[in-house]
Amino acid sequence: MLHTYAASGLVASPASGVFSLTWLLIALPLAGAGVLLLGGRRTDGFGHLLGNATSWAAFLVGLALFAGLLGRGAGSRAVGQHLFSWVPVGGLQVSAGLLLDPLSMCFVLLITFVGSLIHLYSVGYMAHDPDRRRFFAYLNLFVAAMLLLVLSDSYLTLYVGWEGVGLASYLLIGFWNRNPEYAAAAKKAFVVNRVGDFGLSVAIMIMFATFGRVDFVGVFAGTSHASSAVLTAIGLMLLLGATGKSAQFPLQSWLGDAMAGPTPVSALIHAATMVTAGVYLVVRSSPIFDAAPTARLLVVAVGAVTLLFGAVIGLAKDDLKKALAASTMSQIGYMMLGAGLGPVGYSFAIFHLLTHGFFKAGLFLGAGSVMHGMNDQTNLRGFGGLSKVMKITWLTFGAGFLAIIGFPGASGFWSKDKIIEAAFVGSGWQPWVFGLAAMLGAGLTAYYMTRLFAMTFHGQARWSDDVHPHESPLVMTIPMMVLALGSLFLGAVLGPTGAITGWLEPVVGAASEGGTVLAPTVISLATLALVVIGAGLAWLAYGMRPVPTAVPAATWATVAARRDLYQDAFNEAAFMRPGQYLTRSLVYVDNRGVDGVVNGLAALVGGTSGRVRRWQTGFVRSYALSMLTGAAVVVAALLLVRL
Amino acid sequence: MSPLTSSVLTATIQAPKIEYSQVAPMLIVLGAAVLGVLVEAFAARRLRYGLQLGIALVGLLAALVSVALLAGAHHIVAMGAVAVDGPTLFMQGSILVFAVLGVLTMAERSLDPGGTAFAAQAASVPGSTAERDAVGAGIMQTEVFPLTMFAVSGMLLFPASTDLLTMFVALEVLSLPLYLLAGMARRRRLLSQEAALKYFLLGAFSSTFFLYGVALLYGYSGSISLTGIADAVSGATGGDALLLIGTALVSVGLLFKLGAAPFHSWTPDVYQGAPTPLTGFMAAATKVAAFGALLRVLYVALGGVRWDWRPMMWAVAILTMVVGAVVAITQTDVKRMLAYSSIAHAGFLLTGVIATSRAGLSSVMFYLLAYGFSTIGAFAVVTLVRNSGGEATHLSQWAGLGRRSPLVAGIFTLFLLAFAGIPLTSGFTSKFAVFSAAMAGGAAPLVVIGVLVSAVAAFFYVRVIVLMFFSEPVGDGTSVVLPSALTTIAITVGAAMTVVLGVLPGWFLHLADQAAVFVR
Repeated sequence: MLHTYAASGLVASPASGVFSLTWLLIALPLAGAGVLLLGGRRTDGFGHLLGNATSWAAFLVGLALFAGLLGRGAGSRAVGQHLFSWVPVGGLQVSAGLLLDPLSMCFVLLITFVGSLIHLYSVGYMAHDPDRRRFFAYLNLFVAAMLLLVLSDSYLTLYVGWEGVGLASYLLIGFWNRNPEYAAAAKKAFVVNRVGDFGLSVAIMIMFATFGRVDFVGVFAGTSHASSAVLTAIGLMLLLGATGKSAQFPLQSWLGDAMAGPTPVSALIHAATMVTAGVYLVVRSSPIFDAAPTARLLVVAVGAVTLLFGAVIGLAKDDLKKALAASTMSQIGYMMLGAGLGPVGYSFAIFHLLTHGFFKAGLFLGAGSVMHGMNDQTNLRGFGGLSKVMKITWLTFGAGFLAIIGFPGASGFWSKDKIIEAAFVGSGWQPWVFGLAAMLGAGLTAYYMTRLFAMTFHGQARWSDDVHPHESPLVMTIPMMVLALGSLFLGAVLGPTGAITGWLEPVVGAASEGGTVLAPTVISLATLALVVIGAGLAWLAYGMRPVPTAVPAATWATVAARRDLYQDAFNEAAFMRPGQYLTRSLVYVDNRGVDGVVNGLAALVGGTSGRVRRWQTGFVRSYALSMLTGAAVVVAALLLVRL
Repeated sequence: MSPLTSSVLTATIQAPKIEYSQVAPMLIVLGAAVLGVLVEAFAARRLRYGLQLGIALVGLLAALVSVALLAGAHHIVAMGAVAVDGPTLFMQGSILVFAVLGVLTMAERSLDPGGTAFAAQAASVPGSTAERDAVGAGIMQTEVFPLTMFAVSGMLLFPASTDLLTMFVALEVLSLPLYLLAGMARRRRLLSQEAALKYFLLGAFSSTFFLYGVALLYGYSGSISLTGIADAVSGATGGDALLLIGTALVSVGLLFKLGAAPFHSWTPDVYQGAPTPLTGFMAAATKVAAFGALLRVLYVALGGVRWDWRPMMWAVAILTMVVGAVVAITQTDVKRMLAYSSIAHAGFLLTGVIATSRAGLSSVMFYLLAYGFSTIGAFAVVTLVRNSGGEATHLSQWAGLGRRSPLVAGIFTLFLLAFAGIPLTSGFTSKFAVFSAAMAGGAAPLVVIGVLVSAVAAFFYVRVIVLMFFSEPVGDGTSVVLPSALTTIAITVGAAMTVVLGVLPGWFLHLADQAAVFVR
């Protein structure tokens, strides 16, 4: 497979040396999941240890591969490993293979490192759960599937990984399925994701129909010959897939309910890794989107709408985890926006994805630590003043807080600022609309995060007497500290040094500077001003004044935000009911309509049917008549074709 | 004595020359069927079950061995009536394997307290004293086994026939025992008998179409052999209304057997009413036989007029896929849902038929093999989910099954995923194969419709999975009964082949490709 799959002419070389170990990345956690699931109760004793061991081992393999890639020149950092021929006959050639390049390397490190930290944290968090082994089996399964998703060299194997992470996600959302509400949340995630997966599968089918192949090399090589209509169709279907998995508008509704799962799951799957798979899909498919401007414009629009949508919902949520989920939705909106901007934004989208992986995982683990100390309560109005009793959680959560609002110097500042700047690049109305939306989003983010931070850790204590908040054990706080360090410094290491853009350039193309409609310094200062205003207003409202423990009456806008901007009501009215009517009416046609038509025909056919009817009863009569009609139509059709 | 009678009397009659070794698979199965009838007549009642099961299995396995020994044969035997070639042998092999699995599930006695899934005494009136006596005496209708063997022998001959009259005889030989068997369910007997009557009436109706089509084709070409018709088609100069009407009517007869719309109306009723092990066997093996015959007629005899029949087949394929997938969505009975699913699959298979190429033939044969394993397995799982009234086939009774019996629900999920065509199952490989054959055969719009329909179809399979794993169980006494080794083997083989044909289909695809040449 000595063919390029990227704009820069990057060619994947066959795996040799350390790279022949690439398959181990997936095999290790998969083996862990297999042993824990098949071993049953026998493995209860060491389940959590085995789960950690395989995950950390995968991280070490990832590090070795990273070192190997660093040792190569920028133009040859891509390795393909052929696994086996899946469908090897005649005109059908589908093989399963892995592709390790700078883009997938980023994800491998993020997934294995953050994933392993969360494995470690879960040892403490799930210590009292009787099903802890099963939990680790699912986590391992998730890591394996996610690695397959980012390492596959064709859309088909990517799809297998895509379904695999989905499966792990449903299993973990419904992990406490004794609670019917939690089982319903898993069901909702499953159904909404089905709509997205439908898009991805249709995209793959169109690719196969157009190019005859579904591997990256074959598809991207074909884009230069394909019509723009086909490429737009593929792009739109890929986008539909991405919106489902990444909880983007209009398929965002499942993410809030997915918080029913254990908190480490929310951190790993529903914040740091799986939900960013949509961004990966768009960036990986950059040759398609580069050739389909309409589809790319829609990606930007989806990103812009979602980032504001999520932020507005976050403003009014009183549930710690659901507010963080709304914020995840909004931050992924930023990444989508960046990915839709084209080469100017691809690497910044991935950059924000990496920093977000650290700070959002840190925030969720912090939330888990708070819940751990507060009898699993998540209502912000029942917290307050926790900074005194949970010092480490307060500090690590604070680091994540600074990162997400874009405090100068923290990780989020470097990555989000770049996306906002890139949104202002271009001409016409688009840079103004998208740029200003991204900037406004930064102000809203500062407001809702400050509100959340203040209501949790500051102000007077509002918890009831039977709660005794305490700091979590070290096995939980150490991962939080590591993630806090990443939240503060990762951005500065990768961003201003140009490390991330240089690293990704062979895959996604050069991120050219300039061309913004406003001067970059103006954009940065204006963004900073909005952040200060947002954070200040929130501090005045929630940090300085007492917070009522009962939910106060509010304006219609706040009520709408509390109700997730009526997304469920909308889904029900727009999709569920028409769908039900459609199927119902089709069934009506099949059961009664055909019968009715046939009965009408019977009158025409007259004498014959009259005699037939006398010795046939019930539906057989109409069945036979429908066959007779069908046969007549078939004969007529054949004769007509000849005419 | 008139000259005419004297010439008749003096004419010598040529003894037909039959190559017995070449038609051995059919003869072995027929022999086993006849032996089964003798056992019914002469063996003691308590010995019959064991003897019949043994004879059926030994006969089927021996026939399978003789099919394997014939591999590579490529000629027409039995005075030009039977073709022994790649497609014949591949499909006969498939039918025999499905028959083995089918007989295993039919012989299952540990699920129902009364015995097998078949009525104790099919002739007794439902609800009568005679029925109660028969059940009380614990007798069973072991004629089921020879009847099945007769049906199998018809199925073996159907795709091998090279003239239309032999094909018609095969059609009746395979159909008549199935009409009988469909009416012999132990539980819900009235429903079963109604289904059998409907199947019989409609089957007879469709046979007349087929026969009339044969007559018209004979009128056109002066021959009933497929090659004779092909010669007449290629030498024709016009005036071919007889040919076209004959083609249409023969197609209708065959499309009825494989359950294509608008000739599908019998399928849901019969699949639901018939004893479940029989439904599984019928859905798998009858489809193979009917598609085999359709392919042979369309490819060998009518290949020259394919530009005439292809548009009609396009319409039938589209209608079949859409009706099957859309109506399945609102079904509330597992067996009816699987019936509509089988209609949709007939539509997908027709896209491969329309390709009119070697790839089309081989992909359809592979699809039939893959689909048969999953179908027999799926219906075998349906026999396990029961309550006090027999099988619990209403979908609401399957809610929460995944909590109570993760293994059974997991296996059923595997079959559903295969029906939906999810990668790493046989359903994906086979859909991929027929769609790419249709694509290469110039039927791209058909493939697009097929892909869209399979996405719709995926919805109702997934709905059942959601129901099994994410819904609260209903407490109406529905439970999973542990089967004996017979059904366990059938389900295990079905599930294993569903995975094997999805993950490592290479050898089977190769085999189908090697076999995909009709003898002419």
